[in-house]
Amino acid sequence: MLQSFKLALKSIQSNKMRSFLTMLGIIIGVASVIILVSLVNSYMSYMTESFASLGTNQINVNVTNISSRSVSVDQMYEFYEEHTDMFDNMTPMVQVGTTVKHGSDTMSATSVAGVSEEYLDIKAYELEQGRNIQYSDIVSRQKVCVIGYYVAHELYGSPEKAVDETLKIGGYAFRIVGVVKRQDEEELEDGGTDDFVWMPYSCAVKMARNANIGSYTFTIMDLSSAGDATELIENFLYEIFKNDDLYRVTAMSEMLDSLNSMITMVSAGLGGIAGISLLVAGVGVMNIMLVSVTERTREIGIRKALGAKKSVILQQFVIEAAVQSALGGILGILLGSVATEAVGALAGLDAKPTPGAILISFSVSVAIGLFFGYAPARRAAGLNPIDALRSE
Amino acid sequence: MAEPLIQLSHIYKIYMMGDEEVRANDDISLTIDRGEFVAIVGKSGSGKSTLMNIIGALDVATDGEYILGGEDVGEMSDNQLAEIRNKMIGFVFQQYNLLPKLNLLENVELPLLYAGVGTAERRERAMQSLERVGLAEKWKNLPNQLSGGQQQRVSIARALAGNPSLILADEPTGALDSRTSREVLDFFKKLNDEGNTIIIITHDNSIALEARRVVRIHDGKINFDGDVKDYAAIL
Repeated sequence: MLQSFKLALKSIQSNKMRSFLTMLGIIIGVASVIILVSLVNSYMSYMTESFASLGTNQINVNVTNISSRSVSVDQMYEFYEEHTDMFDNMTPMVQVGTTVKHGSDTMSATSVAGVSEEYLDIKAYELEQGRNIQYSDIVSRQKVCVIGYYVAHELYGSPEKAVDETLKIGGYAFRIVGVVKRQDEEELEDGGTDDFVWMPYSCAVKMARNANIGSYTFTIMDLSSAGDATELIENFLYEIFKNDDLYRVTAMSEMLDSLNSMITMVSAGLGGIAGISLLVAGVGVMNIMLVSVTERTREIGIRKALGAKKSVILQQFVIEAAVQSALGGILGILLGSVATEAVGALAGLDAKPTPGAILISFSVSVAIGLFFGYAPARRAAGLNPIDALRSE
Repeated sequence: MAEPLIQLSHIYKIYMMGDEEVRANDDISLTIDRGEFVAIVGKSGSGKSTLMNIIGALDVATDGEYILGGEDVGEMSDNQLAEIRNKMIGFVFQQYNLLPKLNLLENVELPLLYAGVGTAERRERAMQSLERVGLAEKWKNLPNQLSGGQQQRVSIARALAGNPSLILADEPTGALDSRTSREVLDFFKKLNDEGNTIIIITHDNSIALEARRVVRIHDGKINFDGDVKDYAAIL
């Protein structure tokens, strides 16, 4: 066995050019499998991460209140209080479509929302300056607001200067009580992550002249209970609306799941295409091994005359094919790993070759050697020693 | 005192060439004892190569019985034949048939490798064998770095390495000049004096005269079998 390995290495060594060309197919096949699978994987984790930062533990509820059937904030809070074992936080969401002004400066892309005091926790943000909106602000409809870092930076120069200043929202003067820490470390821009104003939802309702609130955000304690929680909310709303067209409950984690399964499919598809090139490489190995058998007919005859059994010859050629493909596989893994990092760096992804891709492509390349090496090896083993000796 | 090593009785080897039946060996019976030095001589096409293949367990007869060292070779499977070739027969070929990519030692080791001899012992025995043919110092060389005569000596060393019962040489001097032919033939004589059984297959009567017994094949049949002196007399 060991001897066969040595022989195989020797034979590969003595035919460097031919061996390299044979291996080239496997090298390219393995490298492309690794590059594709690894890049898709790192892109997937990048997507998942950016999605998770949106809050995978959130469940968004949208209701369409009609005059005969509607759900009030108090009803929603009552529901939430009954299920605090499942839900972590809850806030009504009232989007106010208006501009934000300070003196002569106007910000038009700023998102203005009425929320509860729990919204800060839901977003998992922290305050840079001042305080959060309080329950008492909501009850007494205090005209106070908490602003994002970008707003503070643009209108007042810094978070410190912004606190206790006034901000004109839709014509009303609001006192800034707090500034949220900068979220997006890379860029500050209009309509970006840090461009927002939060006010007590009670004020927002009044400004929007809308008695009922159409949208709520829940957070759940445990990500695995997303399905149950969604169902719970849906049941509760169905009791009120008796029509499931009037509300929509969306769990972010479910969207993440469907995103993941989509990416897995893409990854499998690309891996399959790369796998085809591995198959072609295998046919190349078979071709070369057949040539090698023909070329070495005499050698096979000599070995047989000296007492080599069929199985020994078979083993010699199968191992030679397998060693050759395995070498190609190793080179392919090296090339694929380097290329993955390089392409990843170009694309701005932190791409690392995944161990799974390496393992699979290596074992596939060895399997190709064994599989496609077998037919030529069998031909070699079956040669008649007399005919083989006679060949030139 | 002499015991039979090879017993061929009524051996036939029949090929079909299209519709025509070719009897390469036609009822050959031959007994060779241990320690003999036999030349099998015949023109090309006489059937001597076919006979060599059968004696060398490279091929099996169409009909007839072949007993080698007490074992019936005619009934053997491919693997058993391989084992017989490995253990009992040392081949010396006209074209030396050394493996060009292996060095001399590795070439001589081959039969021992297939016999499953361990590395250390294999090395030692192969070196001893190379010493017997006087090429031990060149063990690292590749075959094509040697002269034809030297290569043939390596192939004899390889044949000897497995300590076979029979050395079967197919035109061993066919590719050599007269001086190296002489060397090789003298070496065969020496081996025979040491007790080895040797069969040389040749078309050349002058080579046949170097043996102690001559068997002549003509049209697939034996038409002379006797002492070399008697053979010399009829030439």
